[in-house]
Amino acid sequence: MANKVWAFVDQFKGKALPASWEVVYTGRKLADQMGTGLAAVVIGSGVQDLAQTAIQYGADEVFLADDPSLDDYRANAYAAVLAQAASQGEPEIVLFPTSTRGREMAGMAAVDLNTGVLVDVVAMELEGDQLVATRPVYAGKLLSKVVCKGRPQLVTLRARAFEKPVADASRTGTVTATPAAMAEDEIKVKVMGYEKAEAGVSLTDASVIVSGGRGTSNNPKLDPPADVTDEAEVEIWKAQQGFKLIGDLASVLGGAVGASRAAVDAGYIPYSHQVGQTGKVVSPDLYIANGISGAIQHLAGMRSSKVIVAINKDPDAPIFKYARFGVVADLYEILPHLTAAMKERLDK
Amino acid sequence: MKIIVCVKQVPDSAATMSVDNGKVSWGDAPLVINPWDEYAVEAALRLTEEHGGDVVALSLGDENAKEAIKHALAMGCSEAILVNDPAMAGADTQAVARVLAAAIQKIGDADVVVFGKQAIDSDVGATPAMVARLLGWPALTLVSQISEVNGSSIKAERTMEEGRQQVEAGLPAVLSIVKDYGEPRYPSFIGIRKASRAQVPEWTAADMGITAPEAMVAWPEVMEPPARQIANEIIEGGSPEEIAAKLADKIMEEKVL
Ligand SMILES: Cc1cc2nc3c(=O)[nH]c(=O)nc-3n(C[C@H](O)[C@H](O)[C@H](O)COP(=O)(O)OP(=O)(O)OC[C@H]3O[C@@H](n4cnc5c(N)ncnc54)[C@H](O)[C@@H]3O)c2cc1C
Ligand SMILES: Nc1ncnc2c1ncn2[C@@H]1O[C@H](COP(=O)(O)O)[C@@H](O)[C@H]1O
Repeated sequence: MANKVWAFVDQFKGKALPASWEVVYTGRKLADQMGTGLAAVVIGSGVQDLAQTAIQYGADEVFLADDPSLDDYRANAYAAVLAQAASQGEPEIVLFPTSTRGREMAGMAAVDLNTGVLVDVVAMELEGDQLVATRPVYAGKLLSKVVCKGRPQLVTLRARAFEKPVADASRTGTVTATPAAMAEDEIKVKVMGYEKAEAGVSLTDASVIVSGGRGTSNNPKLDPPADVTDEAEVEIWKAQQGFKLIGDLASVLGGAVGASRAAVDAGYIPYSHQVGQTGKVVSPDLYIANGISGAIQHLAGMRSSKVIVAINKDPDAPIFKYARFGVVADLYEILPHLTAAMKERLDK
Repeated sequence: MKIIVCVKQVPDSAATMSVDNGKVSWGDAPLVINPWDEYAVEAALRLTEEHGGDVVALSLGDENAKEAIKHALAMGCSEAILVNDPAMAGADTQAVARVLAAAIQKIGDADVVVFGKQAIDSDVGATPAMVARLLGWPALTLVSQISEVNGSSIKAERTMEEGRQQVEAGLPAVLSIVKDYGEPRYPSFIGIRKASRAQVPEWTAADMGITAPEAMVAWPEVMEPPARQIANEIIEGGSPEEIAAKLADKIMEEKVL
């Protein structure tokens, strides 16, 4: 019997995104509901071990395209492998993580397979073989039900929106070698180099995020070193002291550091930390906002967090309306104590 | 160089969205150019400033899309085209991509087609990849820097979650631009005057020799998210140390760690 549900394992340099296993695990549940099997798709070079992990998370079969030409991620080459395999295997549903790779690969595969793609789905139900999915639109200000009229139904799942995956080391499955689908001169893209980003927990996968806003630079008591004289530099230097406190709390909580756009635009912290409508949309279990006013564009990116804590000097800051717990105070006064108190309670 | 930049019109990011009788409403918020597309226009203009050539702004939408187009013209694009066809009303991403690809072919001779990263209304982020696939061109998405362009290839840096990747692609190519590229310019006074006088040709699907593609995705319902009941609690009283200790206890009680 052919496996009618497929799950794409998004990996980079041999490391799978945590969201990939959520997708495999969710695919397993869907396949059981439909009375069919689950196939995972692993594409890369030297990625055999990921095929085994996919089996542990629920795959019955793994289409493994392991080829030197697939070492570097190139969207068209990867999408072509997936689309070619799908046009032969005829799945009903193909799931992807909502990563940037997931979005573009699903898009390209939709073109090849002449079907539709449902992006960034946060919930779904089965009606027979038809998925009825829910996805946020307008940065989560509204929700839309969506259905795919073509086949296969291509769906990208938002990270952390579905059940936490559990691996079962005793599971077994088959691995089917799958060929690369594009010749080098058709791909037309060469990867010349790569620099790894600073290490740290990725915002979208984080279960705890501690964020800072423009308020991080507001501490008149701080004295910058003598060589920092320029007004803008002083502001950035101060904000960086605030972000140090934020980073300390984040590391005690095992979380990631986020920021408002005002903090990013002012040069306090790189854009990769920006949360919001034009940054990352996140929904951690715990979001601690420090010196962030709560503009609608920021709220759009974090409103669905389970527990929101706000520390802000201004009692009228809009962020307090969305916060489970609020502290009206200077972040510089609270954060060091909060970090110490959390450390004590988490027994670290 | 001939560059096409795809711009979409969207409700302002500050809009409060609601659903009235099943229809999406943004109240009296203005319609604006998709914020990500401003970076795309900036990249397109800088390319022609360095290498010569023209930028054509392309948008699919109804009469309303003129604001996005005007903004692109005011920033410095030399021409614009609006694809406006009532048959495209329920278009999904692939239908949009097919129409944009047809328009790009009708405009002809493009070396580079530049996109924003994502539209802030539909939040899909797949249109650039789809258009590239339809045209059979390479896609360099999430571009933060363009380092070199010559007659037949482009070198750029992509900013991904995992790091920065230096890539080279043959031309013609599709690019999508991210914020790290650099701030978009403000429209100049002269630019705004020019834009307000510009004649923007409108094309239908038939003008491009295609029939409006059928949507593969349907959205039977749009809803406002269920209101979340948040029990706000202000932690106060005592020294910062005492407040921090209280807050820490409260956080622990939530059992999210
Ligand atoms: C198209 C568009 C897209 C946007 N996208 C985003 C986005 O993705 N993400 C985003 O965040 N924003 C976005 N914005 C910007 C948004 O509108 C706000 O300007 C921004 O979120 C404000 O950041 P902030 O809260 O840090 O700064 P502010 O609004 O200036 O707030 C600073 C807060 O810090 C408090 N404060 C000051 N000092 C202290 C202190 N010592 N201790 C404690 N509190 C203190 C103040 O009371 C104030 O509430 C976007 C805007 C536009 C137009
Ligand atoms: N209707 C449209 N007209 C012109 N360009 C569009 C349109 N829709 C999407 N785009 C382009 O595609 C990018 C990604 O959009 P999306 O895939 O819908 O998130 C946008 O930033 C635009 O550059």
